[in-house]
Amino acid sequence: MSRLSTRICVALVLGSALLMAALNLYTNAGSPVHVPTYAVSLVGKYLSFAILALAVDLVWGFGGILSLGHAAFFALGGYAMGMYLMRQIGPRGVYGNAILPDFMVFLNYKELPWYWHGFDNPAFAIVMAIVIPGFLAVIFGFLAFRSRVSGVYLSIITQALTYALLLAFFRNDMGLGGNNGLTDFKEMFGLSLQADTTRAGLLVATAIALTLCLLVSRFVVASRFGKVLIAVRDSESRTRFLGYRPESYKLFVFVLSAIMAGIGGALYVPQVGIINPSEFSPANSIEAVIWVAVGGRGTLVGAILGAVLVNAGKTYLTGAFPEVWLFALGFLFILVTLLLPNGVLGMLQSRGKKDAS
Amino acid sequence: MTHLPRLLLLLALGLATAAIATPVSAQPATTTEAPDPFAGLASDSFDDVIAALGALAVSGNPQAGPTIAALQADSLYYGPDQALYIKTDSGYIDARTGKPATEMVEDDLSPVRVNNAVRRAMDAAKGGLDLSSPDPAIRQKAAEEVFKSRNPETISLLDRVIAQESLPGPKAVMQQARAAAQLTEGSGSDPARLADIAILRARGDMEAKSLLGSLHDKSPVVAAATAAAIASLERLEQIWSLAQGVFYGMSLGAVLLLAAAGLAITFGVMGVINMAHGEMVMIGAYTTFAVQEAIRSYDPTLFGASLFIAIPLAFLVSGGLGVVIERCLIRFLYGRPLETLLATWGLSLVLQQAIRSMFGPSNREVGTPQWMSGATQWGGLTITFNRLYIIIFAVVVIAALMMVLRYTALGLRMRAVTQNRRMAAAMGIRTPWIDAMTFGLGSGVAGMAGVALSQIDNVSPNLGQSYIIDSFMVVVFGGVGNLWGTVVSALTLGIVNKFLEPVAGAVLGKIVVLVALILFIQRKPRGMFPLKGRAVEP
Repeated sequence: MSRLSTRICVALVLGSALLMAALNLYTNAGSPVHVPTYAVSLVGKYLSFAILALAVDLVWGFGGILSLGHAAFFALGGYAMGMYLMRQIGPRGVYGNAILPDFMVFLNYKELPWYWHGFDNPAFAIVMAIVIPGFLAVIFGFLAFRSRVSGVYLSIITQALTYALLLAFFRNDMGLGGNNGLTDFKEMFGLSLQADTTRAGLLVATAIALTLCLLVSRFVVASRFGKVLIAVRDSESRTRFLGYRPESYKLFVFVLSAIMAGIGGALYVPQVGIINPSEFSPANSIEAVIWVAVGGRGTLVGAILGAVLVNAGKTYLTGAFPEVWLFALGFLFILVTLLLPNGVLGMLQSRGKKDAS
Repeated sequence: MTHLPRLLLLLALGLATAAIATPVSAQPATTTEAPDPFAGLASDSFDDVIAALGALAVSGNPQAGPTIAALQADSLYYGPDQALYIKTDSGYIDARTGKPATEMVEDDLSPVRVNNAVRRAMDAAKGGLDLSSPDPAIRQKAAEEVFKSRNPETISLLDRVIAQESLPGPKAVMQQARAAAQLTEGSGSDPARLADIAILRARGDMEAKSLLGSLHDKSPVVAAATAAAIASLERLEQIWSLAQGVFYGMSLGAVLLLAAAGLAITFGVMGVINMAHGEMVMIGAYTTFAVQEAIRSYDPTLFGASLFIAIPLAFLVSGGLGVVIERCLIRFLYGRPLETLLATWGLSLVLQQAIRSMFGPSNREVGTPQWMSGATQWGGLTITFNRLYIIIFAVVVIAALMMVLRYTALGLRMRAVTQNRRMAAAMGIRTPWIDAMTFGLGSGVAGMAGVALSQIDNVSPNLGQSYIIDSFMVVVFGGVGNLWGTVVSALTLGIVNKFLEPVAGAVLGKIVVLVALILFIQRKPRGMFPLKGRAVEP
């Protein structure tokens, strides 16, 4: 079942991304099958959220670690990409400074802070979008799992972590744009970010990244390692007494998940054109958890489904009935936890089993 | 020409000192026998007016103060026969008697003219009057003014008022003012100067320090004494600023404690992760707003009592809501903490949006009653009343909470249920009902916290969100299930935060505290004061 659903999911993600890109680029604007560019970017955004959801499902669904700070890794990856895009603006900024981004000129920086060096190189930026979230996850996870912080305590301190980062990134002294974040991007890899081809390319790239993340996750959870991980989730003490070291398993999956979230963030930023500290807000992390809960915890494919469904709903409701959105999201949290503990996919699966029997 | 103001001041103050001899509460009857001190004011000659001001300052006439004030406000008029009138909104009054004037003809009046020399004479006369005012508070304030002016010409005046003064408070300030004037003047023997320096050292504030810093004595003994006094004042200043930091820290700690106290019950005692806890606080704050709105439209005189009405109401509203939430939502999720977390988070979103729809998204104005606004100076400490009352309120709430848990039947059952649910049930306790009541109690306490927070924070739908993470940190840091731990942890976090602020800045200080807490929880996952014994989960 899970292998089948993975195949269906990969086919759907890749197929629809390619189809949308093609319909955007190769049909005229008047044509009934034409896909407008904004829709391409919107779906690209959903898919990068889906990568984040996948990351959350990996730690929560299989490791039993409810991280309420995964948006922090997502945002860190986003900032790494944002720094690269900032450097690409070059002398085209408002102040026309070839080296310093606009906000630095505005804040009277004389030279580029040391941590901005290297971000003019796209390869370096991509590596950093993986390394920085991964590094933070190693440090945090090592400390947390070694001292056996688990359950809600872990949830609360992950939330505190992202909250601390939120406060830190709000500071102008951080040299990362403060409150306004990084924006006004012009081009990526020498291609204009406004061009339809770039946008379609980003959508396809996100779909490919999502597929790779899904396949890696599937491989990990289906492996021997994954079996132990599930054992840790279900009974950590028992697994420990069997001679395994749960902290190592948890740390590995936590870091892997953080890296995935970072990749998601790096793909998200060029498609929405801005990254600012509000991405670190604890509410964002919890929202990512509900995507997973809606789709079905511990199913991987469900996380993707949930992310796309909830975000599509959000786009519709915030546009049509802005005041209803928070009610809808709030009741979604309540109803899913009370009535759909296994999510949409879990419900479909159990119905499928019932029909078969 | 430059001597003129000085001379005038001397004149006025000299005359003012003479006034001390006459009783302050002189009867109007006696003043009619003396030469009329008001006469010179009814003149177009500045010199006459200045002389009259000096005479008025010594007259001890109860109308002297209002008359000088009227002159300062350009509302003093004179008519024929040296009649003097003060122009008020409701007509003219006779400056000599203070009674409404009826027989005057407005066209005959001309204003008493004022130039800079007259203004200086007015100020001097006012200062002289105030130094010998019957009200000790005014005397003390006037002496403070003289202290700040460090005017050597006031010495003789001060000598006389000091001799007259019977109360220690104003007298001390007068002596300090005299010492300041004396030291600034620069003459005087070394022993006299040493005595003055000692007086300033005993005063112990910034003003004294800056005055001492401005002295340049040739005599090594005096210079050494000055340096020693400055050093001692600096030490004192440090101690006071430390105390001020502790006070600010305690007030922040009290805020954290109030926000976390309810959570210490629902999370600490029951083990329910209530992410909507902040919204209970927010609803308490909005209850305060609603109470004040009702008072404004029905009986504005009750405004001073609005908080006392709001406290029980907020407890009932938030507590009642808590009971409903427990019955409709939380009870289905016992034993599933992660799901509880998510469901209550959703609930918090719903409550925020509900409040936003009802009251609008912007900040609502919650007024501060008169008795809570303002501040008092206690030594080098500035104590703002709202902070002080919040500290007191936090103490009262925690004490009440502990009493409820310890001495009431409900508290006993609550403890029984949390310690051993099945045994408690076997003893006939209705555990579901106790769960609902416990959750209601925690939520009600959160509502009361909201009343306090409405006084120091913006009342907006996001109010609760800004406290939820801090509250959880407080409870976890203190040790779950331990109210004392919560108290210690809130105060520690408040004080540490306030002391980091000047060093690291407010935001960075908060980040440092958060990171320190994250590290601390990893060292001691069960907080500072973990529960020991059987209550601990395996």
